[in-house]
Amino acid sequence: MKSLDELNRIREEALQKVNLRQNNAQYRILIGMATCGIAAGARPVMKTFLEAIDKDHLQVTIQQTGCLGMCIHEPIVEIIDQAGLKTTYMEVTASKAQEIIESHLKQGKILEAYTHVTK
Amino acid sequence: MERTHVLVCAGTGCTSSKSLELVKRFEEDIKMKDLQNEIKVVKTGCFGLCQKGPIVAIHPDKVFYSHVTLGDIDEIVNEHLYKGRPVKRLEISDIDEETKEAIFEFEKIKFYAKQKRIALRNCGTINPEDVTEYIALDGYQALAKVLLEMTPQQVIDEMKKSGLRGRGGGGFPTGNKWQFAANQINDEKYVICNADEGDPGAFMDRSILEGDPHSVIEAMVIAGYAIGAHHGYVYIRAEYPIAVERLKIAISQAEEYGMLGDNIFNTGFNFNIEIRLGAGAFVCGEETALIASIEGKRGMPTVKPPFPAVKGVWGKPTIINNVETFANIPAIINNGAEWFASIGTEKSKGTKVFALGGKIVNTGLVEVPMGTTLREVIYEIGGGCPNHKNFKAVQTGGPSGGCLTEEHLDTPIDFDNLVALGSMMGSGGMIILDEDNCMVDVARFYMDFIVDESCGKCTPCRVGTKRMLEMLIDITEGRGTLQTLTDLEALAIHVKDSSLCGLGQTASNPVLSTLKHFKQEYLAHIVDKKCPSKVCKSLLDYSIEKDACKKCGLCAKGCPTTAITGILGKEVYVIDADKCIRCGACVQNCPFGAVNRT
Repeated sequence: MKSLDELNRIREEALQKVNLRQNNAQYRILIGMATCGIAAGARPVMKTFLEAIDKDHLQVTIQQTGCLGMCIHEPIVEIIDQAGLKTTYMEVTASKAQEIIESHLKQGKILEAYTHVTK
Repeated sequence: MERTHVLVCAGTGCTSSKSLELVKRFEEDIKMKDLQNEIKVVKTGCFGLCQKGPIVAIHPDKVFYSHVTLGDIDEIVNEHLYKGRPVKRLEISDIDEETKEAIFEFEKIKFYAKQKRIALRNCGTINPEDVTEYIALDGYQALAKVLLEMTPQQVIDEMKKSGLRGRGGGGFPTGNKWQFAANQINDEKYVICNADEGDPGAFMDRSILEGDPHSVIEAMVIAGYAIGAHHGYVYIRAEYPIAVERLKIAISQAEEYGMLGDNIFNTGFNFNIEIRLGAGAFVCGEETALIASIEGKRGMPTVKPPFPAVKGVWGKPTIINNVETFANIPAIINNGAEWFASIGTEKSKGTKVFALGGKIVNTGLVEVPMGTTLREVIYEIGGGCPNHKNFKAVQTGGPSGGCLTEEHLDTPIDFDNLVALGSMMGSGGMIILDEDNCMVDVARFYMDFIVDESCGKCTPCRVGTKRMLEMLIDITEGRGTLQTLTDLEALAIHVKDSSLCGLGQTASNPVLSTLKHFKQEYLAHIVDKKCPSKVCKSLLDYSIEKDACKKCGLCAKGCPTTAITGILGKEVYVIDADKCIRCGACVQNCPFGAVNRT
């Protein structure tokens, strides 16, 4: 170890490894992953979120949850901020997930349009 | 990219209940579900709740599973990891006293709610075998700060300001100890980490080394910089194989990353650490004996002064600090002395780790701020005595400490309070005793330990403890007289006053404190020839109650010495006291509770 910069660089890289064990995520994402969720395509949605977190070093954790009881509107994604405010997105697809990442997770702007049901 | 971490405790307690096999099975099952890229299984140090081991924690869900067996893994993987439905039946929970509803949140569970983890901050969170996880949680930041921004004197001043006192038992102010060594002018000085944890029932240092070895290494380098030493030893007993193994891994990783070795942080400061394995002699926890053992000599204490800070290992100035003391140091440097000094009581700052054992529901490792009362630790965190038995005493400080009773439960725990009550903080072993424990027998147990462990160098300890043990055995076997009691007390004081080292000076404490608080139990053994707790076999009498006996003969069948006679179905059974060896088998075998033990 030759400098503080070097230590901090290792720290930054490693932080990604342990961050999800800490209680300091900016957002918690809950994805419905019961049979209905998986059937409706929740896995690719989750993968999109995971890849974005990895790529952009987002302070976000992902949890799977069970069936929310609105199977027809799956995949359902809930985003909870640090204050506990919950936003529920319905019928999410991988491309919608990408928009949610850009708008909600990166800029803090809730995408109203995707919080409503269409079916 | 991982979304979930499965943390499996790989401390000594959980490992012995096969947690390493759980790790393997988790990895296999996760692979079978093709989740290996999303879910990582991590081996961590002790979570503290050893009673409920093996413990598995799932993050970020913050779900804690207890008593996990191989058979449960399939369900956890399928239900929780795959479908997101936590397995409720395995979750650690408490009942909310107001709403009577189950609480699953980790922070609200009583065992954890009252704790404040500083020394154990990383135990159960990081993989102790991966230095980058330690670095991620501010590891080695304190070392960087010390080497790059502070002078050695500033480091020592920071230690003094923090009020940190030695966690190994003595409670000597760490900053002052460092100052003595720093003041010595000598080009060769040493830093020793005392990991020779010997108190029966204590496993604080062991768990820190198993769960967070880098915190100790980082602190040793800081100590070396503060006093001007370039070499450190960790003196650890060989009977802690997991701790030794993790420490070895940690040292080699620290060397690889340049936290140990030459020119650390490009400052020109060099520091190396060597492990020295002890053979497990209790006396080697005493600093002068420990130094002798490191030098390859027989582990025997020498007269102080000279103190190790002046003349220690290889005759050079040496500081010796305990594992837990070291583990606090990086946190103090990172958060500031004021932060640390704001926790605890006026004269005892910070927190203390205790190993709860004996007759307590939650056996395990807890860390509480100084000033927490014994009642909070024993009842709120520890959950009280199991099976609704009555609490009798708590033994603190191991063989060097003493017993405290019900009336002391509201005493805030700190170094000075415990000494004032005739016990001591010790390294942090806390053994809970209930109504089924005989206090004379407890004193005998500790004296037996001391007789085994006395190094034999000085007469008061070598002979005095042996004589005390003989007297205690006499009392427990019904041969004691009132004169024995007087002699025992007088001898205990002599041994205390005239022994060479801490081992002998404190060897009488279990006797003196039980005599002080439980004299009536001694008298019952001597005058009435009875053991009120029904522990001392020689003083027990077994008899069969005529009216309750159903003449089934089960007692006689199970008696190993044919001391019970009677006729099946016709005549009540009787016990021949001369033949009876007081094993208690008849009590267990009688379905009607007709055998009395008095």
